[in-house]
Amino acid sequence: MVRFGDDSLLDSYLTQDETSVIDALIVQYQSRPGALMPLLHAIQDQVGFVPESSYPAISKALALSVAEVYGVVTFYHHFRTHRPGRHVLHVCRAESCQAMGSEALEAHAKKCLGVDYHQTTADGAVTLEPVYCLGNCALSPSVMIDEAVHGRVTPADLDALIAEAKAS
Amino acid sequence: MTKVYVPRDSSALSVGADKVAIAIATEAKNRGLSVEVIRNGSRGLFWLETMVEVVTDRGRIAYGPVKPSDVPALFDAGFLSGQSHALCLGVTEELAWLNRQQRLTFARVGITDPVSLDDYLSHDGYRGLKNALQLTGAEIVKAVTDSGLRGRGGAAFPTGIKWNTVLGCQSDQKYIVCNADEGDSGTYSDRMIMEGDPFVLIEGMTIAGVAVGATQGYIYLRSEYPDALVTLSQAIDVAVKAGYLGDDILSSGKAFHLEVRRAAGAYVCGEETSLLESLEGKRGLVRFKPPLPAIEGLFGKPTVVNNVISLASVPIILDKGAQFYADYGMGRSRGTLPIQLAGNIKHGGLVELAFGATLRELLYDFGGGSASGRPIRAVQVGGPLGSYLPESQFDTPLDYEAFTTIWAVLGHGGIVAFDDTVDMAKMARYAFEFCAIESCGKCTPCRIGSTRGVEVVDKIIATKETLEHSKSIKLVRDLSDTMLNGSLCALGGMTPYPVLSALNHFGEDFGLVAESGAS
Repeated sequence: MVRFGDDSLLDSYLTQDETSVIDALIVQYQSRPGALMPLLHAIQDQVGFVPESSYPAISKALALSVAEVYGVVTFYHHFRTHRPGRHVLHVCRAESCQAMGSEALEAHAKKCLGVDYHQTTADGAVTLEPVYCLGNCALSPSVMIDEAVHGRVTPADLDALIAEAKAS
Repeated sequence: MTKVYVPRDSSALSVGADKVAIAIATEAKNRGLSVEVIRNGSRGLFWLETMVEVVTDRGRIAYGPVKPSDVPALFDAGFLSGQSHALCLGVTEELAWLNRQQRLTFARVGITDPVSLDDYLSHDGYRGLKNALQLTGAEIVKAVTDSGLRGRGGAAFPTGIKWNTVLGCQSDQKYIVCNADEGDSGTYSDRMIMEGDPFVLIEGMTIAGVAVGATQGYIYLRSEYPDALVTLSQAIDVAVKAGYLGDDILSSGKAFHLEVRRAAGAYVCGEETSLLESLEGKRGLVRFKPPLPAIEGLFGKPTVVNNVISLASVPIILDKGAQFYADYGMGRSRGTLPIQLAGNIKHGGLVELAFGATLRELLYDFGGGSASGRPIRAVQVGGPLGSYLPESQFDTPLDYEAFTTIWAVLGHGGIVAFDDTVDMAKMARYAFEFCAIESCGKCTPCRIGSTRGVEVVDKIIATKETLEHSKSIKLVRDLSDTMLNGSLCALGGMTPYPVLSALNHFGEDFGLVAESGAS
């Protein structure tokens, strides 16, 4: 990967392969009704985020303005505009988890990782995100690492999950 | 061959169900025993997950909560023939927690293999659709109307009336949209249906399509539910291959196609018009009503938008008749409500009951009190936009109108318990904060009011026992009034429910001494 002085550029730099993947996905999805959301999901699934450099091609294929694509990407919490860490840790902040001590768990996660929400650890291993309900409310508090939900999570459990993520 | 059930429900997975399933299969192989591990939905007794069931002559015997490390000892104890062990719970059907329930919508959840069509068919599946295909659209709509089914997403609008509007519209294209953007904290019944019995949702949507003349359905599924996406997609593939979806459903000449679309983490997209905008590929901005989505909905066409539970309740109505369903419940709340016990609760899980049970029964008879062992001080019913109820209101029956009377909502049936360590001023602040994070920004009371609300509650907390304090209390009431009456949708319009109920019932947490405890 080419290194730039500017972090934000580094975060959104695409490899040639990634650019090809995005181009192929645009062709695959463009004729569906309401294609933008499925397309953005597909791009994020494959590339890890929805880079701003892809907006012109998306907008052209879907007959939208770049501003409209930008508006949609940034409206939804799920879509990321920058490359995440190798793993994404979502900590639930909703009421059910609060009733079971999620505030302490949030603080613990931030302290262990040394980052705030929407940030990635210096080693590039973990991006921390808040989430408002994982639907695991009978087993609060919950976190989700990548796509795996964990229930009744203690700070010690979280330490183990983070250690596992950092090692892989 | 012994059949062993290990749930694939994501809550069960969150406490290690996959590892338990692997441990059982491995242990059986090592011992040379013939075991078939079937991945079912969850029975909804989440504090007992991973709950493993073994099929025996006496019926299914449950063991739980099972950890992977328990598996060798279970084999040693002879659990494959239902022998006793410290984790043995007895015959599943006889568990008091389950046999006191009235499971209509959840009749099969936890019992069948969710992606086995044969299993679905042998447990009364698709009988509703077969009946519906013999009826006219108007007759199907009448059955749904007569059943008394009201929208289970929270708004409680009569489902049959909505369908009738769509039926009455002339259009070259109509849509059935399932709202599976289950964002309310404390709710997970939609997820359990989609992961535990997806065919019942597919059948319900197909019946809706046949009834109103819609040939395309979309399930708008929240992105936080990756396991539900997998299960639903598998079930849809199976249904298409078997002719239950497609251009000619069961050779009836009627078409119905179904596609899952992923949401992207915006709470407001659970509001139906915002959901439709999102499905069209736009920002999830709430639309003005009218026009109603039933007349001008998705892509401007007549559209039924219903919650997962509403649609999943339709098959049994068409199978057993409107009266069968309407015989459950009280007052104008007919049928059953899948209630979800959550938060600080000892026995959290899914309880489907006819309307009319009290909160107290749910919290103590089913829930067993708080998980922490401390007194339950407050309960939030109906998600982040629902009121906080104090102990003095725990005898309220779960009924839409009874809840309206005490300025509360049943919503999607989620009950979140808090023990006496909760700070209700903080919860009121959080309600505003959540609204600020999730507001679509279209209307001012919600967009600006939520942020001002956070600031005012902060001021209330910081200025206790000063003149500024009483001014701030008045201000938060004024602000709530503006949001209640001036917001475009329920997000801004109902955020005052948790805020004012917290203030009214738990005034002491806001530094109000005299009025504390008054309702």
